Amino acid sequence: MGSFQSLPFDHHYRTLSKKTGFSLEQIGILHNRFKQLSLNEETLRRDDFNKVQDLKDNPIRSQIVEAFFDRRNFQKDGVGSMEEIGFEEFLTVMSYFRAPALHTTEEQREEIRRAKLRFLFNMHDTDNDGTITLEEYRHVVEELLSRSGSLGKETAKGIADAAMLEVASISVGHMAPDEFYEGITFEDFLKILKELEIETRMNIRFLNMDTTVLCK
Amino acid sequence: MILCITKCIHYVLHVAIFKKTNDTKVIHQISIMDRLKRTTFILFLMLVASLLPLGGHASSPEVGTGNGKVRDHQGNGDTTHKANYTKKAFPVLSFDYKNVRTPFEISLWVLLASLMKLGFHLIPRVSNIVPESCLLIVVGLLIGGLIKLVGEDPPVLSSKVFFFYLLPPIILDAGYFLPMRPFTENLGTILMFAVVGTLWNAFFIGGALYGVCQLEGDYLGKVELLSCLLFGSVVSAVDPVAVLAVFEEIHINELLHILVFGESLLNDAVTVVLYHLFEEFSSVGTITVTDVFLGIVCFLVVSLGGIMVGAMYGILAAFTSRFTSHTRVIEPLFVFVYSYLAYLSAEVFHLSGIMALIACGAVMRPYVEANISHKSHTTIKYFLKMWSSVSDTLIFIFLGVSTVAGKHNWNWTFVIATVVLCLVARVLGVIGLTLVINKFRIVKLTTKDQFIIAYGGLRGAIAFSLIYLLDENHFARKDMFLTAIITVIFFTVFVQGMTIRPLVDLLAVKKKQETKRSINEEIHTQFLDHLLTGIEDICGHYGHHHWKDKLNRFNKKYVKKCLIAGERSKEPQLIAFYHKMEFKQAIELVESGGGSKLPSAMPSTVSMQNIQPKKPSQERALPQVSKAREEEIRKILRTNLQKTRLRLRSYNRHTLVADPDEDGWNEFLIKRKRMKDLEKMSHVNNYLTVPAPPPDSPTIARARLASDPQAWVIKPVTGDIPTIKVELASPQSPESVSVVDEFKKSSYEQEDEDGDGLVMKATSLVAKKDETGEDDKEPQQRLQRCLSDPGPSAEDEEDEPFLP
Repeated sequence: MGSFQSLPFDHHYRTLSKKTGFSLEQIGILHNRFKQLSLNEETLRRDDFNKVQDLKDNPIRSQIVEAFFDRRNFQKDGVGSMEEIGFEEFLTVMSYFRAPALHTTEEQREEIRRAKLRFLFNMHDTDNDGTITLEEYRHVVEELLSRSGSLGKETAKGIADAAMLEVASISVGHMAPDEFYEGITFEDFLKILKELEIETRMNIRFLNMDTTVLCK
Repeated sequence: MILCITKCIHYVLHVAIFKKTNDTKVIHQISIMDRLKRTTFILFLMLVASLLPLGGHASSPEVGTGNGKVRDHQGNGDTTHKANYTKKAFPVLSFDYKNVRTPFEISLWVLLASLMKLGFHLIPRVSNIVPESCLLIVVGLLIGGLIKLVGEDPPVLSSKVFFFYLLPPIILDAGYFLPMRPFTENLGTILMFAVVGTLWNAFFIGGALYGVCQLEGDYLGKVELLSCLLFGSVVSAVDPVAVLAVFEEIHINELLHILVFGESLLNDAVTVVLYHLFEEFSSVGTITVTDVFLGIVCFLVVSLGGIMVGAMYGILAAFTSRFTSHTRVIEPLFVFVYSYLAYLSAEVFHLSGIMALIACGAVMRPYVEANISHKSHTTIKYFLKMWSSVSDTLIFIFLGVSTVAGKHNWNWTFVIATVVLCLVARVLGVIGLTLVINKFRIVKLTTKDQFIIAYGGLRGAIAFSLIYLLDENHFARKDMFLTAIITVIFFTVFVQGMTIRPLVDLLAVKKKQETKRSINEEIHTQFLDHLLTGIEDICGHYGHHHWKDKLNRFNKKYVKKCLIAGERSKEPQLIAFYHKMEFKQAIELVESGGGSKLPSAMPSTVSMQNIQPKKPSQERALPQVSKAREEEIRKILRTNLQKTRLRLRSYNRHTLVADPDEDGWNEFLIKRKRMKDLEKMSHVNNYLTVPAPPPDSPTIARARLASDPQAWVIKPVTGDIPTIKVELASPQSPESVSVVDEFKKSSYEQEDEDGDGLVMKATSLVAKKDETGEDDKEPQQRLQRCLSDPGPSAEDEEDEPFLP
């Protein structure tokens, strides 16, 4: 419990706790980590994420980092991305990965699911036009397969196209030959990932103990 | 030659006769079952016998001489028999049951079990209310009763038969098809329930029963503590066979299913250790602290040892399967034999055979499936399902029969106490453990979940067999134990088994989703994995995802290279999934008669062009074709293709529909035409499927494909549209139909390795527009490739887009 900051931060923590739902200890630990990454500065920049060694092997590294700087994840109608973020934004992004509490009603779960799926959607929709176009989806699949060997773009294209086709079939059903499916809207996205039970899967365990010193 | 044959026949019959003359007494003692079987056998023989006179009549002159010869031979040879030998009429038909008795009876039991299974599903109403296991036990009871009525001794479920022949198929089936993802995600919970839960149950029931016995006094007072503890440990184990049988029919959600089922599998180690511990020391009478300590060590050895033995055999099996590309037929055999050996090896050392089997199946599966052919995969799946189904049925029937057969000692107090204590212990155990577990779980277990887990703790035949194995000298009350255990089993299977389904509906427990896994879900599952690993790394703690990621990377880097043959070792999971999906759709297409109708997987008419970004196209004007016209065109195309085997030029809409753009330009006409063909083709693709002859039966279609010797030119997809590759069974490898790895064939040359590939590629809108200048280089012929068309040999063809 030695991760508590000095008193001025206490009040700040409480507001953050209320906003994001983390406990005070968890916020303290995350703040420590924030400081570790930002070298004790107030804000975090994209390059600071390079310090995380394990992230280098991650195929979707750039998208994850980008998600931290995406304004849409902080504000309701945010547009564009920021150059540097403060601790509050860092915590907000982290709060998307909190698990729903034990006693949540069905509507609350639905809310949580929408929020998480919105986060995912924002990650895919890089040009912020409200739809995931074929190009963007292709990019997603390519990134996923980028570290997995030299199989190249062709298969990625094939997979992305098949996936897109599937979405179109499920959401629109029948289309005449000259109609055009613009892209995956958020509603379609919700529909196709309904089975995945995002609210139970998109969670990580936030510890109450500080283990940041143990990790790189 | 006919003489020789008849001589052989007579010799055989002579042997039979000889046996009969000496064994007449034994034959009189055959039981009623045998008599029943004999009647059926005789009926069968009558059939055969009716054919024999025909045969005999045809060769009667030889028969006469043959007989004479045999008799002379007898006369000269066996002098000992000569004295006893009285001349009888030549036995055309004889009965010799003893020879075939054992396999015959086994087959009859198996047949009975299968017929029962068949019968239950013909009566739909009953099978909806009563789970199959209950019905089977009732059938067993009836059969046992029948046998007893006749005065015979019904067979009791021999423990050896049970543990060596009936149990392994069920466990292998469970282990091989164990869903690894939910299993590993919930492993902590499962282990808690399996180990701690079973221990708690065992000691609680054992101790409480001892108390009850002491309280009762006189008759039960002699039951020792150790016997009670042993009984408790056996009766507390949740049985995988019973759980599988009941849970399979109620289709609850994956989480609950894996929790109860995983628990039933993993508690075997605990049961084995406790059983041996108490059995060993029941003769001594006391247990010291050292023994307890040794018991704990033993538990670790048993479980980890079992897992290691299983894993070792699994790796061996995976390694063997790497080399089976030339002998595909025996691939399933390796899977079965290695697994069975793993089980038996574990049993040799008194390790947990069940855990060995599970470990073996789970370890070998990803590698074996990457190596074996599609047909072997299907074979393995169906054989396992078949065996486990038959085993399962037999077990329940025998349980019923054994109930009638066994010696019983009904003691009201003991039995009632057992049943009540089992229930109470289970409920308390689940509630208590969940309180602890929920502190560590991300997704907590609700009360509903807890109820189902507690209620799903069914006991089964393993418990019965273990009690049956007990030595009567050490356990004075063995028959009482037997009775109690059978009562508990009946109670759990009948009462709990029958009521769990309405309860599940009543409590509105989430059910299993039946949908097939879509490519989107697969993409996002992978995406989530990486995302969560990344977030964990950013957060700075090594969690569940981090280690899973590390394991995956290790697996990919080292293990897969060893155990998977060829190119497949580098294939990432997403691509493997995609290929599998394509492959399935291609198979569906072939079996539907060659594409005369769209594959049912995509019932909509959305096609590739709908999702392609529309490029601004000023020059061309699409001819608007009505749907009726489309149908006409399709019919024309189909019939035309049937008639000709020649390569046709511009086999496309363009030639059949008046092109409004047609001008009188000579030089540019062909170029223009080709450009438009390209563009129009892609817009037609959703209606014009690959035309085919009238639907053949799947076998003809496959034969046609197989005989097609042409090797298509394979071109990399330059465009944006997915390709489906169906690799035909080439003359070289008739059994294998595997999906060609797209990336491999990146050159224009013909590839010979995996045989012929039938490629149907989409046109590329964008690419072709860029290639205006290169028109002369390769005349782009759009040919509607159908499955019967041998196609072009030299030139590059642009095929019709083939809809996935």
